[in-house]
Amino acid sequence: MLRIKNLEAGYGKLRVLKRISLHVNPGEIVTLIGANGAGKTTLLATITGLIRAIAGEIQLKGENIERLAAEKIVARGCSLVPEGRQVFATMSVRENLVLGGYVQYRSKGYDLTAELDKIYALFPVLAERQEQLAGTLSGGEQQMLAMGRALMAKPSLIMLDEPSTGLAPLIVKNIFQIITRLRDEGNTVLLIEQNAKAALQIADRGYVMETGKIIVEGAADELLANKDVQRAYLGRDVE
Amino acid sequence: MAPELFVQYLMAGVTYGFIYAIVAIGFNIIYNTTGIINFAQGEFVMLGGMLAISLNGLVPLPVAIALAVAITMLIGALLEITFIRWLDRPSVLRMIIITIGLSILIREVALHVWGESVRALPYFSGNEITTIAVLGARVSPQILWVIGACSLMVGTLSLFFRYTLLGQEMRACAANRMAATLCGINPRNMVTFSFMLSAGIGALAGCVMSPITSTEYSIGTGLAIKGFTVAILGGLGNSMAAVAAGLLLGIIEAFSVSVLPLAFQDAIAITILLIILFVRPHGLFGRKDAAGLKEF
Ligand SMILES: Nc1ncnc2c1ncn2[C@@H]1O[C@H](COP(=O)(O)OP(=O)(O)O)[C@@H](O)[C@H]1O
Ligand SMILES: [Mg+2]
Repeated sequence: MLRIKNLEAGYGKLRVLKRISLHVNPGEIVTLIGANGAGKTTLLATITGLIRAIAGEIQLKGENIERLAAEKIVARGCSLVPEGRQVFATMSVRENLVLGGYVQYRSKGYDLTAELDKIYALFPVLAERQEQLAGTLSGGEQQMLAMGRALMAKPSLIMLDEPSTGLAPLIVKNIFQIITRLRDEGNTVLLIEQNAKAALQIADRGYVMETGKIIVEGAADELLANKDVQRAYLGRDVE
Repeated sequence: MAPELFVQYLMAGVTYGFIYAIVAIGFNIIYNTTGIINFAQGEFVMLGGMLAISLNGLVPLPVAIALAVAITMLIGALLEITFIRWLDRPSVLRMIIITIGLSILIREVALHVWGESVRALPYFSGNEITTIAVLGARVSPQILWVIGACSLMVGTLSLFFRYTLLGQEMRACAANRMAATLCGINPRNMVTFSFMLSAGIGALAGCVMSPITSTEYSIGTGLAIKGFTVAILGGLGNSMAAVAAGLLLGIIEAFSVSVLPLAFQDAIAITILLIILFVRPHGLFGRKDAAGLKEF
């Protein structure tokens, strides 16, 4: 689904990502964990085309996308739920979702109402708040809206940047259940988390990132059992 | 004050108020998608009037107005594509300098093309001495044209932003540019559209006001100051509040004539602008905490 080879990127002269390679197979949840400032968000920004790669390759479904504009990459089926939700605060819940389906709007067989209903079934709380301004939702509801908005584009790969940050444990549990459900329904997920334990518990495979490099990779249960990973990331786990 | 005189002042105030409001909405539309003030906004109004006047001899008046609006929109788009689109995250100061530069450029070209003479479109119905009775006062029917056209524009715009996909895309860009990009919206196109839209409404206002106010190459600057005052007064970015603020300024100006010498009329806007900037920079109607949110 997604294959990244020796990717380098950064801001101006600052090189944040140093020869990153990873892949995500269809139908799996892959998690990328790492401390604050490791470069996780930068990696997602590079995949989605918000910042340009300096070197390396990004392939989505076998096609190179590292030179495409961000809005073209979404249309190719790769959606991001950005860090900090980034909902359209001055617009209603429904309008947020409709805009999420923007790339599909003109494609044949896209039934906006049916897609909206699917999202409302997944997140019933959004259905109750359709006409409410997104900026007035609680943090958890905004996270659900951001996920719903990304799903409206019917992506082949959905990437989530720290969906659990700042949310109450019960809501985090709910969101992780939904991510699992998405995978079980055939979606492919790349999950970025600081909450390493929770992420590895639902993931199939995982990568650990430190200062712009991938330092460990493996099956999720292997990483959970890995002594170094435990010491660095699981010990001071906030759950 | 005699009731007829009162109505007369009021109508004049509302007329100018709507024109200011349209200029202010032009500012707001571009501000919302780019975060900058387009100081060439007044020039769009001038161009609309001037183009319509020149075309009026060649084609019927409604066609001349439609063409003038279309040409001004095209000019708006071309200016944006040539001077702004390719800039990579320009600073606010740089954008301000560019738009002021554009306003000077347009004005100089207009001076070259049309000269310094003051022109006007013919009255849309009747002529300069035709009047109709409104609440006991006699006013020119052109005033109703201005009020009608401007309120129609305001209404259409608000429907456009609320119910059309393009309008929603533009609002999305204003609310969160990065998230809009992640939805597959091309923000650069939205900026071009916002210039076209601002140019279009400015040009139409320039046409309907021309018979009453006349048009010359230099009217843009004064209008931009009034429009800017109104935009700030209403709270930058908020178009419905701009209408209220526009009417307020127009009416204050109109009634000021009865107490102040005419020469002071233009100073009122500047005075209000300065007071607002000092006392309530988030506008008369805006809430402080909402000042960071942009909404059409
Ligand atoms: N917009 C930016 N401009 C410059 N440097 C940035 C920017 N965003 C992030 N950085 C730097 O890049 C590094 C990685 O940040 P980030 O990708 O946000 O990490 P993470 O998401 O893993 O917490 C940090 O050192 C951060 O200071
Ligand atoms: Mg981050």
